[in-house]
Amino acid sequence: MSEQTNLLTRQQIAARAAQDMEDGWLVNLGIGMPTMIPAFIPKDRDVMFHSENGLIGMGPPPAEGEADQDLISAGKELVTMISGGSYVHHVDSFAVARGGRLDCAVLGAFQVAANGDLCNWRLPNQKSGSVGGAMDIAAGSKRVFAMMSHTDRDGASKIVPERTYPLTAMRVVTKIYTDMAVISVTPDGLILDEVAPGLTADEVQAVTDVPLIMDQVGIINVAA
Amino acid sequence: MKNKKSETLEDAVGRIGDGATLLVGGFGQPGVPEILIDGVCDLGRRDLTIVTNNAGTGHSGIARLIEEGCVSKLICSFPWAKESFVFKELYDTGKIELEIAPQGTLAERMRTAGAGLGGFLTPTGVGTDLADGKQTMTVEGKDYVLEKPLRGDFALIKAYKADPRGNLIYRKTARNFNPIMAMASDFTIVEVQEDVPIDTLDPEVIVTPGVFVDTYYVTGWYAIGKERSA
Repeated sequence: MSEQTNLLTRQQIAARAAQDMEDGWLVNLGIGMPTMIPAFIPKDRDVMFHSENGLIGMGPPPAEGEADQDLISAGKELVTMISGGSYVHHVDSFAVARGGRLDCAVLGAFQVAANGDLCNWRLPNQKSGSVGGAMDIAAGSKRVFAMMSHTDRDGASKIVPERTYPLTAMRVVTKIYTDMAVISVTPDGLILDEVAPGLTADEVQAVTDVPLIMDQVGIINVAA
Repeated sequence: MKNKKSETLEDAVGRIGDGATLLVGGFGQPGVPEILIDGVCDLGRRDLTIVTNNAGTGHSGIARLIEEGCVSKLICSFPWAKESFVFKELYDTGKIELEIAPQGTLAERMRTAGAGLGGFLTPTGVGTDLADGKQTMTVEGKDYVLEKPLRGDFALIKAYKADPRGNLIYRKTARNFNPIMAMASDFTIVEVQEDVPIDTLDPEVIVTPGVFVDTYYVTGWYAIGKERSA
């Protein structure tokens, strides 16, 4: 990668994904980068967050001295509840997920295939992984957005023609947010919607192992 | 009226024997019945199968039970976390068996057992390693994995308040798997922060009716996740 300085930061990727969280949505956020999204949701939008450990209406981390040991997120961080939230047990929490009540799940990914296959729970060289709620949420959410670095540590494309990593859920990802681009997964193929400022569509294509449709490529707005 | 309260910790957990399958509540640290687990540790039981979401944190709770060699098999959804180092060490040296289940599947398998059903069809895991060896079915054009009920000999759960009949309410995200596990065992043991007189809990807000509870033990409030072994 010769264009290191043009890659988005983790915060910038989260800020970009936050712009696509629509008013009225209930959203589940995977562990890691997706948990940065709430801070960037436009103030005029009512977006609720579901945490699969039994919290519908998750709020930001508690103020100093106001933490409650019984109130955590699925990432086991101390959190708060927004007004109008509710607590549910695990069966109801996963009925929300599998039953199609999540408008969107934003999940980290090791690999996304051209058909939308999501791989995010186990590396190929590991004999076991921590699946948590990833398979249920990915299988049941109305939309699954993947959020990841565009390439792995060796510079290999994490967007692949066919998955080579262990599967989390088949054909579920509809949008990909990376440090280089925003890409839509469609039946016609992968559409390059936007590239990071300072990058060209061709530069993104050069590190992506799937042909990208580049009819109308915008620039990611990082001012937000 | 029968009062389901156990006056001592040993009364609450003493009937658990070697080789039992225990459903243990909690997600992360909230809702883990740490005092009951300490009681099981003190009994020195062996060859237990533990069904729970995580593989223990630090050296307390489930981690203590694992560390003391009481557990031969763990069924969970999220075993590999940096705080679960005790489990990892025993797993890496072949001293404990592991079965992984997707979190929603784990919960629903127990609900199914509690509800007297023979299994359920879930879209979760279709085509993945975790569906290997399981029957799949297509219903109205959609693919599902057949998952079977998961029942415990005992459930060890944590609630906020109990009345003498064992009606329970929970606190915030400490609810998690606890109401499900209460339904899914032959004998459900609850630790509660506080017990209250009959008719104190509003019947409209009781989460677990006492019919699913065999006994409860009152612990008072305590800071969770601290080592308190004797």
